[in-house]
Amino acid sequence: MTETLSQLRRIATNPTLSFKQKEHALAVAAENMLPYVLLDAETRAALDARIICDMYEGNAPYKPRYVLPDYGMVLKNGSAHLELPKPATLDEAINTLQIAYHHVPSVTGMPVFIGHLDALLLPFCDGVSDDELYRKIKLFWRYIDRVLPDAFLHADIGPTDNRVARAILRVDAELQQVAPNLTFLYDPEVSGEAMLRLCTDNIIACSKPHIANHPIHREVFDEPGYAIVSCYNALPLRGGAASLSRINLKKVAEASAGEADFLDVQLPRYVDLNARLMRARIDYLFRQSGFFDGNFLVEEGWIDKDRFTAMFGIFAMAEAVDHLQDLAGRTGRYGHDATANALGHRISARLAELVDREPMEHVWRGGAMLHAQAGLSSDAGTTPGVRIPYGSEPDPVSHVQALLPHHRHYLSGVSEILTLDETVRANPEAVFQLAKGALQLGFREFTANVAGNDLVRVTGFMIRLSDIKLYNAAKGSRVNTTALGAEAADTVHILERKPRVVGLELMAGSGV
Amino acid sequence: MSDGIAAVSKFLTWSVVDGPGNRFVLFLQGCNYRCVTCHNPHTIGVCSDCGACVAVCPSGALTKTGRKVVHDPGPCIACDSCLAACPTRANPMVRRMTVADVLALLRRNAPFLNGLTVSGGEATLHLDFLIDLFTAVRAAPELAHLTLFIDSNGHLPAEGWQRILALTDGVMLDVKAFEPERHRRLTGVGNDLSLASAKLLAEAGKLYELRFLLIPGETDRPEEIAALADLAHELGPETRLRLNAFQHHGVRGPAAGWPAMPRDGVEAAAAVLRAAGVADVAVPSVWLP
Ligand code: SF4
Ligand code: SF4
Repeated sequence: MTETLSQLRRIATNPTLSFKQKEHALAVAAENMLPYVLLDAETRAALDARIICDMYEGNAPYKPRYVLPDYGMVLKNGSAHLELPKPATLDEAINTLQIAYHHVPSVTGMPVFIGHLDALLLPFCDGVSDDELYRKIKLFWRYIDRVLPDAFLHADIGPTDNRVARAILRVDAELQQVAPNLTFLYDPEVSGEAMLRLCTDNIIACSKPHIANHPIHREVFDEPGYAIVSCYNALPLRGGAASLSRINLKKVAEASAGEADFLDVQLPRYVDLNARLMRARIDYLFRQSGFFDGNFLVEEGWIDKDRFTAMFGIFAMAEAVDHLQDLAGRTGRYGHDATANALGHRISARLAELVDREPMEHVWRGGAMLHAQAGLSSDAGTTPGVRIPYGSEPDPVSHVQALLPHHRHYLSGVSEILTLDETVRANPEAVFQLAKGALQLGFREFTANVAGNDLVRVTGFMIRLSDIKLYNAAKGSRVNTTALGAEAADTVHILERKPRVVGLELMAGSGV
Repeated sequence: MSDGIAAVSKFLTWSVVDGPGNRFVLFLQGCNYRCVTCHNPHTIGVCSDCGACVAVCPSGALTKTGRKVVHDPGPCIACDSCLAACPTRANPMVRRMTVADVLALLRRNAPFLNGLTVSGGEATLHLDFLIDLFTAVRAAPELAHLTLFIDSNGHLPAEGWQRILALTDGVMLDVKAFEPERHRRLTGVGNDLSLASAKLLAEAGKLYELRFLLIPGETDRPEEIAALADLAHELGPETRLRLNAFQHHGVRGPAAGWPAMPRDGVEAAAAVLRAAGVADVAVPSVWLP
């Protein structure tokens, strides 16, 4: 008890956390004073050894991990619960969304998804001039960054080339804000290359947007579709993800006698244990927490209880492959050697097959979706998802070629962060061609950082390098994720990523 | 040489500084200049299989097999000891590649590429190989989107250019110096061919970029910059000029002790050129601290 109390005191008196950040951290600590959801002994042991990991989501899951509301409902119908009339003008629509965001639960305490903004706002733009639209988006963007300052907060645009998407890209490059994170859903048949070029030019300006391979994602999801949220998770719209648990592949490899033992014995064992962990947590959410009962989000059709998936995460592929290579007496390293890369691809294929065999009650389509998990700031000695270790990445083309065969297996998201050196600023055509090639060959997501940008990606969220410097000088930061970025920078050396940064998801106990 | 084979010192699937867009760059071994300021001196010579490098290799990657020195990339730790030991500025790690080998690499990476740039050494020393390679690329429908560039010092007579130019989209031409004696001192060779090539390429509409390396006290002198401006005028108003700055990276011999070209000196030269009416002057986009 004294330990718990002193933990609470440390949060309450932490000079670098804001009032809001403390409130959230205290709530997480309180939840964790409850007993953990009921686990069998074998699952418990694997969790305690952190071979499987619950992302420190909390002992008593009382909200889904990610909620992706269908904001079209509140724009179309207004909200009886919130006493909001149906909006008629662009100002009213934006205002309605701003109100809606405050009622969306998530693991971070801030929404991870704020809508397919162009599709939502276009119907309100008739008679609005381009200049007015630009000014209104600019205010909207400022509101998001100042009121909901969380880098996991994600807006989607595309696949069409339209006025709102263009205004958003213009404002995003101009303001260089951490929030919102942004994904363009690219469809070569619909978006057009001019739009792709605009996106890659924006990447050079501010390392955003992230570009999703829309045709590939679309075929995974039924109506009303999907959204890319948080750290590049592809999830059902009007639902989301109930929970995310992950396997540390490095630890599984260390428990294996060799490749055959890994693929045929240890991996099946830990897939089974991770699935048990997920079932226990999801069961608590659906049958005990009461989250969906009497919830106006359900009643007004923003979310549908049947559209929450379970994210089956894995990470440390690189370390697992290198360890298995060592056991086999081979020197080739993951990301650089064809034999090592092929071993990685076999592991992904095996994982997809094993996860497919695990039924899950309550969740969308009755099964979990494989996810290359982008990491926690506390992960040391491991590389996010299936990525190549920080600082050892090959050139961007070899990088994409090495990881491409993984992508088809990770239906709920996989992302690499390609680091481009500053010379690309003088040659934006090259970034365009790189993105086009990657998407054409089946990369699910294209994400890049350009060296020299203040705004960089840490595993999946955006941070400002200047904020990290301030935070480390103990001044605190307005933005929630800076603490994670700073922690990740110290623990997992993300700033060593060749020119700069990328990658992580979050701090234990908060979100994403 | 040719018969469809060339000595390749290196290739890249990602380069953003060798022409427009992302380019596959093929570096061919051997040069007809002997630049004292060369950043890649190990690309100059042609291997004589003397074996001097075999003894210094710490990993056993080099062996003398019959008359040939053979490199095995497996154990090689990329320490470059062999490069330092070579008396002829050659490279035992050079591989012999056929046109078909290069085509296979281009096909594998085609979706990521805007084009192919052949560099060196001096690319035009391998003229027959260039012709065979470019002809094969032009004949491959899945490579139709690639533009074909040559990076050259221009030491090739007009007859040589006539053989390759129809297959080529653009040439990046390095002029090393204007004053003939300086050029000879810096490169070992006169500059008449190089200057004639600049004019020939510009007239043919194939001069993509004229490059000039600024070396303190040598090529940054006012008379050199003035001559550069004159040449740019003569070549036409659309001439793209790229100024590079001499740095020590890779340089061997006395030039390693010369001062590096400072940023403000490059900016000053660029300002003089712009004032003289050269519209398109590029300077390095990245400066090493
Ligand atoms: S770089 Fe040269 S010397 Fe070094 S290991 Fe490789 S072959 Fe041997
Ligand atoms: S690379 Fe140089 S040292 Fe080695 S065998 Fe050839 S000429 Fe001799």
